[in-house]
Amino acid sequence: MSTVRMQDSYSGMTPALPPASRSVLRQLWHDRWIYLFLAPSLLLFVLFVLYPVVSSLYFSLLDWNGFTSNARFIGLDNYIEVANDPLFWNAFNNTILFMVITVPIRVSLALIVAIILNDPRLPFANLFRTALFLPVITTTAIIGVVMTFVFDPVGGPVNRFLLETGLVDRPINFLGQANSALYTAMGIHIWKWFGVTLVYWLAALQTVPKELYEAAQVDGANPRQVFRYITVPVLLPFGLLILVITALDTLRVFDLILTLTGGGPFLRTEVVEVYIYRWAFNSSIPRLGYASAAAVFFGLATLALAAMQGVVVAYLRRKRNEL
Amino acid sequence: MRQRLLPGFVSEWKWDLRRIITVLILLVVCLVWVYPFLWMVSASLKTSREIFASGLNLVPSEWRWENYERAWVQANFSRYMINTVVITVATVALVVFHTSLSGYVLGRFKFIGQRFILGLLVATVFVPLGYTIIPTVQIAGALGLLNTLLGPILVLSSGHVIHILLFAAFFRSVPKELEEAAVLDGANFLQVYWRVMLPLSRPVIATVSVLTFLQAWNNFLVPLVFTFSRPDLRTLSVGLFAFIGENEIDWSGMAAAATLSLIPIVLVFFFAQRQFVEGLAGAVKQ
Repeated sequence: MSTVRMQDSYSGMTPALPPASRSVLRQLWHDRWIYLFLAPSLLLFVLFVLYPVVSSLYFSLLDWNGFTSNARFIGLDNYIEVANDPLFWNAFNNTILFMVITVPIRVSLALIVAIILNDPRLPFANLFRTALFLPVITTTAIIGVVMTFVFDPVGGPVNRFLLETGLVDRPINFLGQANSALYTAMGIHIWKWFGVTLVYWLAALQTVPKELYEAAQVDGANPRQVFRYITVPVLLPFGLLILVITALDTLRVFDLILTLTGGGPFLRTEVVEVYIYRWAFNSSIPRLGYASAAAVFFGLATLALAAMQGVVVAYLRRKRNEL
Repeated sequence: MRQRLLPGFVSEWKWDLRRIITVLILLVVCLVWVYPFLWMVSASLKTSREIFASGLNLVPSEWRWENYERAWVQANFSRYMINTVVITVATVALVVFHTSLSGYVLGRFKFIGQRFILGLLVATVFVPLGYTIIPTVQIAGALGLLNTLLGPILVLSSGHVIHILLFAAFFRSVPKELEEAAVLDGANFLQVYWRVMLPLSRPVIATVSVLTFLQAWNNFLVPLVFTFSRPDLRTLSVGLFAFIGENEIDWSGMAAAATLSLIPIVLVFFFAQRQFVEGLAGAVKQ
């Protein structure tokens, strides 16, 4: 009995012969194991993914502080207020600045290091890779806390080093100064996630067929030619994907910013996620409706970026099939 | 001319010099890279005063192991460690369980509603979940999951659509014959999955486990908002964050707590380094 069920489920469609005689209900009952297998995923999905997504859309239309029951429907007013709040645009700019500055640095530096580490004759390659990967596995919130001490103007080792080598006369308050805080946070972010981008590049480099290199060597190509005419064309599509993945990464810097600066000084490091958190959990009068509107607003921007990733992946697939 | 006479010698010598310089530069870079960790470990063994007075000297004048005792016992980090381990292990197990089940049927069968379910799942892949924390907390409260360990476990386990798709893609690629043989031997639906398909998918299980492990261990926002009124349920990162607020001067205790928090994950990383790297690389290789 189970044999029959297995096979016709497997063959793809419902049995070809008597579709009319089989009601939908019977088909559902017939596939009951399938739905049972789906149940745990779907249950969790509906409760903690779908419901929150849909209801944050709804919340964004309310004037609601999250505690009382007297939520008032106000249509798109929250969105209008978000769009007119200079502090939202400050956070938005910080987020975009974060992306525009860190992504090219991370992606290009990681490529250079990946090419060096990809050399099979390089000694200690494993050690280097492990060292560069170490920050990736450490908890971001802990990094944020530790880094406030590393960059401390009074006793932190960075300022000690700068003072002792005479590079500066007086300590720099890296994270407490309006003009340096965001850039310091960017530096820490690059340091923390560099290893991931490195792994991506190493994976991409490994897809370059060895025969191509061997053929180039036989033909007497020099390393620069090999890089220009073999490595670059193969890596280019991967590079696009790595760029987009990395860009999406930089939208998730909540843990780091909250533990590092809390958005200060003077909101100079406040990214959109922290802005939302501030309105939802951390202000004297919480405004969940307003925070939700800001979240939806920004979520749409993220979606646009994600759609780009989809396009890039599709492009990659096509490219690969052509090869 | 010279190159033609001694081709191997000239190029190899040049290469060696370049290689030595490369290695030296990399060594310096890596030292700078891990310096914050060295500094943290060293600070955890000093007194708070010495941290700020001793400058760049990493070796403590006297090894103060009592910092660790203070963090572990008084600051309750033993409790936070247990909470973190429970949340992480349970999340990884639950994610592998549910994503392999649904990935199996989605990748292997055709059924009514399949397209709808797939579309629904994929549509939410890129919704930034951090932004939906408000209703998540609300529904967890309604279900009585706030201020429990089960709450963060369920929230962190939900979704994982990418992992479902990974399993689906893998199971789709398994040759039909394997399954047919098992069916001929009288295996039922559950047995085919459990005895044939799941063991085959070990590489996917490894990838999913590692990525989920990283995510669950490092998560901050979910345990933060779930434990606002139950300090004893905090995880390591939430505990450390709270620690600064509560004990504003105890730098060395903080460093000890941070070191303690990092030891398990560094150990796991050393034992599962390949899975970590391959799991991440899978995002690019697809």
